[in-house]
Amino acid sequence: MGQIELKQVSKSFGNVEVIPPLDLIIEDGEFVVFVGPSGCGKSTLLRLIAGLEDVTGGHVLIDGKEATLTVPAKRGLAMVFQSYALYPHMSVRKNIAFPLRMAGLDKADQNERVTQAAEVLNLTDYLDRKPGQLSGGQRQRVAIGRAIVREPAAFLFDEPLSNLDAALRVGMRLEISELHKRLKTTMVYVTHDQVEAMTMADKIVVLQAGVIEQVGSPLELYQRPRNTFVAGFIGSPQMNLIDGPEAEKLGAHTIGIRPEHLEISQTEGAWKGKVGVSEHLGSDTFFHVQSSASPEPITVRATGERAFHYGAEVWLSPRPEHLHRFDSKGLRIE
Amino acid sequence: MATQHSRSAARLMIAPAVTLLLGWMLIPLSMTLFFSFKKYLPMRGDSLENGLDWVGFENYARFVTSSSFWPAVQATLIIVGGVLVVTVILGVILALLLDQEMWGQGIVRILVIAPFFVMPTVSALLWKNMFMDPINGFFAHILKAVGLQPIAFLSQHSLGALVTIVSWQWLPFATLILLTATQSLDREQLEAAEMDGARWQSRFIYIMLPHLARAITVVILIQTIFLLGIFAEILVTTQGSFGTKTLTYLIFQRVLESQNVGLGSAGGVYAIILANIVAIFLMRIVGKNLDA
Repeated sequence: MGQIELKQVSKSFGNVEVIPPLDLIIEDGEFVVFVGPSGCGKSTLLRLIAGLEDVTGGHVLIDGKEATLTVPAKRGLAMVFQSYALYPHMSVRKNIAFPLRMAGLDKADQNERVTQAAEVLNLTDYLDRKPGQLSGGQRQRVAIGRAIVREPAAFLFDEPLSNLDAALRVGMRLEISELHKRLKTTMVYVTHDQVEAMTMADKIVVLQAGVIEQVGSPLELYQRPRNTFVAGFIGSPQMNLIDGPEAEKLGAHTIGIRPEHLEISQTEGAWKGKVGVSEHLGSDTFFHVQSSASPEPITVRATGERAFHYGAEVWLSPRPEHLHRFDSKGLRIE
Repeated sequence: MATQHSRSAARLMIAPAVTLLLGWMLIPLSMTLFFSFKKYLPMRGDSLENGLDWVGFENYARFVTSSSFWPAVQATLIIVGGVLVVTVILGVILALLLDQEMWGQGIVRILVIAPFFVMPTVSALLWKNMFMDPINGFFAHILKAVGLQPIAFLSQHSLGALVTIVSWQWLPFATLILLTATQSLDREQLEAAEMDGARWQSRFIYIMLPHLARAITVVILIQTIFLLGIFAEILVTTQGSFGTKTLTYLIFQRVLESQNVGLGSAGGVYAIILANIVAIFLMRIVGKNLDA
């Protein structure tokens, strides 16, 4: 079991309110990702759940039981840190066994569970090495191993992939998703990378300045962002947000259209423009088009073969069914 | 260094320093070695002009077979060992305390370092006259106030008193090194240990102490080198009586009180060898520290 409930939880450091009171339920077995720009309070929120920070107000419930004042070790949660936080003077085996040793398990049990975890994580050959002799990806796996052996009610991940290089990150992303499918344990994952959020999450919590902007499945957030912040944050490249006359024509303060929902044509369309920089990725091409619709260039995503030279005159047309409309407060208009 | 040219320029520029240091060290060293193989008793008419008699290793043999030698070794070990134990234990405790957030942190840290700036002679005099004096000392007053007999610390507990004085001087050094080591400990490691169910004692034993191990070694080695040579504290307080005659003090007595330069020099060579053994270990550990 691993259901976590936050009731009116708030956090202040001195006079600065980092997290105004918020409510959130994380269901058992869910993979929940907290995502937001740096400084939005997502790590603080995770640390409040872990018990590494005391809440200023409100209640934390784990499996329906009051845990607001419970010490971290007694909450049955395991955490994987951004710096991995491995114990440098202990071998991999001792690192993984540390929580078991602290729990007073006998040697035989410890060994069995360490061996099991090492097999799951492909660490068997490295058990007698020190963390300093491992690569970044391997260290990450040791940190996960140390979390797994405790058989926690939920795993907490604090930006675990941000210290890895791009290729390794994609691999570890898959491994963590795989692990979740296999263990079916609740996982709470903090990241500032919306790609990680979209690919891994069952449920995404978008945070800004300590406030939850939207909670939903990745596709919900992609298809129906509740406000302009979520609209701009989720999706890559970013959604084009257009203010002014073009938006007013549709009865909105701001309209949003994703780069992949724009048609680009040399002959006809809704907005006339000039092609600026083109970015060719092979599979896709991104055109930055300066158009009559908005002062900022509009990003258009086309298939890889399309090509326009710099300064070419083109026409853009949004697909009407994919237009998002927002009012003057930035909230979605249905 | 990149080019042949800049390398020779660098050599030229460090030449004065190297020459000065070599002269500074090599001349006294070779003189000590020279005297240690000679019979040189200035009061009995031996002098460099008349030429000194070569006695081989006789001085070396006499130094270690004298009845004062083993007690001196023992006193040295007790003082060095005692100060090391006190400064390391208190240093770790102080370092952990000073690492906490508190009001007036900056001032408290400066106060902790202050004893290090007091000259050994001065601090020994302060302790001798203001604290440990059996008539006017602070401790004597306290003991009298609670109805106990004042203690003449420096004669009755001479070694303990010396260890106290020298520890007071060296505690800031140990604290400073251990504090910086404490501060370099990754907070996330401690938090991870907390999540893993380690209580305070376990976090101290399994995370903090291993992290401090290298700093503690450095403290022990550096202090050992300096503590082997403490002199002013003994001269000012007990003058080598009440079992406080260390190797250094014995050498001093051989040369200046007995006026036997050859014998004292032989003792000096022993001291040099001893200090170098410690220094070799120190260099290795510090070197490893720099590599890591």
